[in-house]
Amino acid sequence: MTTASSPSAVVDLAEGLAPASPSLSPMALAQRRFRRHRMAMVGTAVLGLLVLFVSFGGPIWARGYCAPLQQTVSGEAWANCNDTSEKLRAPSAAHWFGTDVIGRDIFARTIYGGQISLLIGVAAALMEVVLGAVIGAVAAYYGGWVDSALMRFTEAMLNIPSLFLLIIGARFFGGGLPTFHLLGRELTGSVLMIILIIGATSWMYLARIVRANVLSLREREYVAAARALGVSNVRIIFTHLLPNTLAPMIVSATLGVANAIISEAYVSFLGLGVQGATATWGNMLDGAYQYLEQAPWLWFFPGTLILLTVLSINFVGDGLRDALDPHGVTGHSG
Amino acid sequence: MTTYILRRLLQAVPQLLIISVILFALMQGFGDPVATLGARNPPRPEDKIRLRRMLGLDQPVYVQYLVWLVGNDWMKLDMDGDGVPETPGQRKGVLRGDFGNSLVTRRPVLDMIADRLPNTLLLMVTAELVIVVASLAIGIYSAARQYSLADNVITAFSFVGFSMPVFWLALTLMYIFAVNFKRWGLPYLPTVGMFDPAAGKTWGELARHMVLPVTTLSIISIAGYSRFVRSSMLEVLNQDYIRTARAKGLNRSQAMWRHALQNAALPFITIIGLDLPFLLAGAVVTERIFAWPGMGRLFIDHTERADFPMLMGILMLIAAAVVVFQIITDVFYSFLDPRIRLG
Repeated sequence: MTTASSPSAVVDLAEGLAPASPSLSPMALAQRRFRRHRMAMVGTAVLGLLVLFVSFGGPIWARGYCAPLQQTVSGEAWANCNDTSEKLRAPSAAHWFGTDVIGRDIFARTIYGGQISLLIGVAAALMEVVLGAVIGAVAAYYGGWVDSALMRFTEAMLNIPSLFLLIIGARFFGGGLPTFHLLGRELTGSVLMIILIIGATSWMYLARIVRANVLSLREREYVAAARALGVSNVRIIFTHLLPNTLAPMIVSATLGVANAIISEAYVSFLGLGVQGATATWGNMLDGAYQYLEQAPWLWFFPGTLILLTVLSINFVGDGLRDALDPHGVTGHSG
Repeated sequence: MTTYILRRLLQAVPQLLIISVILFALMQGFGDPVATLGARNPPRPEDKIRLRRMLGLDQPVYVQYLVWLVGNDWMKLDMDGDGVPETPGQRKGVLRGDFGNSLVTRRPVLDMIADRLPNTLLLMVTAELVIVVASLAIGIYSAARQYSLADNVITAFSFVGFSMPVFWLALTLMYIFAVNFKRWGLPYLPTVGMFDPAAGKTWGELARHMVLPVTTLSIISIAGYSRFVRSSMLEVLNQDYIRTARAKGLNRSQAMWRHALQNAALPFITIIGLDLPFLLAGAVVTERIFAWPGMGRLFIDHTERADFPMLMGILMLIAAAVVVFQIITDVFYSFLDPRIRLG
């Protein structure tokens, strides 16, 4: 489906074609269109602040006296310090966002949980794009039975409600993966599990878009020329076909990050997500609704951070779509 | 047309088979359902072995799948474990309408689904009606006033709307309209369940309990759909025939209602048609938060118990509905839009 592109995008396109700037590359034009998209710039700024918050917030703010350990701790240890005498405290000077059911500081947990949520979002979106692009391109390029087999599989996956697929995936992989280390943090295997299941259940729309694009691209002369020169199929797919369908891949990747963060939150909310002491914005909400009256801060802060992140990413994605694809070929996938 | 429908139905059969194989394979990773049976008084190890044999779980996966698909009433089973098959099988298989019994309740899967389906449909159909009416109204309104202040405000709100995680919205609505309204002495809405046990299951009670879940379900979808209506409306409004209609003397609203809306509604009908089967699935998260006894809750509860006949039943019914509604939507669309030829 095509969407009416915003007026600024249309004006920019016209300007880009004007003789005043004859030497701009398509990428420079796209950049310029993106910068003119006001909400996308706001989204980028908010997203930047959120990334700074989760990256450097820990060393700056996460510090306090942990009664069970009888010492002042900082960083992730403070986020995981459960002082049960301090449980379910309302937001105060000592605990800006209050404390949770076992007395952990919610502010510190939103910082360290945010790292995991963003990591899950980015990694799952990358996996989605790689799977979607490869499956779509292979199906379109080889055609025949490869195409029918891959597309029947894609349709089958699309016919199962995605949240149900996520839940089944979470049960399928549940608890079977080892603990791993990343950037100085120890992460439970369930983080990897969530990334895998979100990536493995979200590639279908992109695969269809890429397939449609590659179907028309592979008939072009330059592909025939490459084939005549003896270039291998794999090389044709990766260096000649996929780069020409980059726009939907970038847009899908961006919106995929938002989808993955929300999916993680849903699965965690249902108690099937990241387990153990590792906080994520999603599993901080697990069980929080039982304290609806007593402790609204339990769900309000992590939930609002999810909303803010997803909203910013959606704005950026919208801006990218207008910038990379002013004629609306990509369509709405969100 | 008849041949088209027949061909599509025939194509649907392998599609559903593929789905069932994928799902059955995934269910194998759920662990042993017998291990979680009888939580309070776990069966003895020898009983577990017997139970596994009775349920057919001792068979290889492909045999289990075949039994699930075509039943086992045509063969004899070895129930006492002496290596000699002696008991005739009882199951008829999914192809003959037997989805088996739930491992948890031992009741037929279809009966359990039939118990929950009306609750889910009541909630979801109401929500869908609200969604369709509201998205059409909002979408048309903002398309008619493109780039006006109202349009921009609606755009901003719809971005926030479809970025909202459903639980955040649900909890916020509950906190405002149930918790705080009660605190402030205002008439407040109930948060959980379908009716107040003290008041009984009356339509009034039901309606009161539906307000918050229906609002939760609607707001997020309206945000997305009204954008969709707006953009397809704008696309149609830029077509030549609208200019012709205006040129022959129709005013803006006449052109809009008589010519634009009919054409702009077509893609919207497709989207709604493709969405309808997912109503059967219910809303897992919403039903969980509002303790609504529907299909989504049924699915979650039985996922925890690895009750795979139940899960396979729910998922296959939804998948079948999805496939059937795809065909219905395509056929319906060709009736509405004579430019489309099905072949």
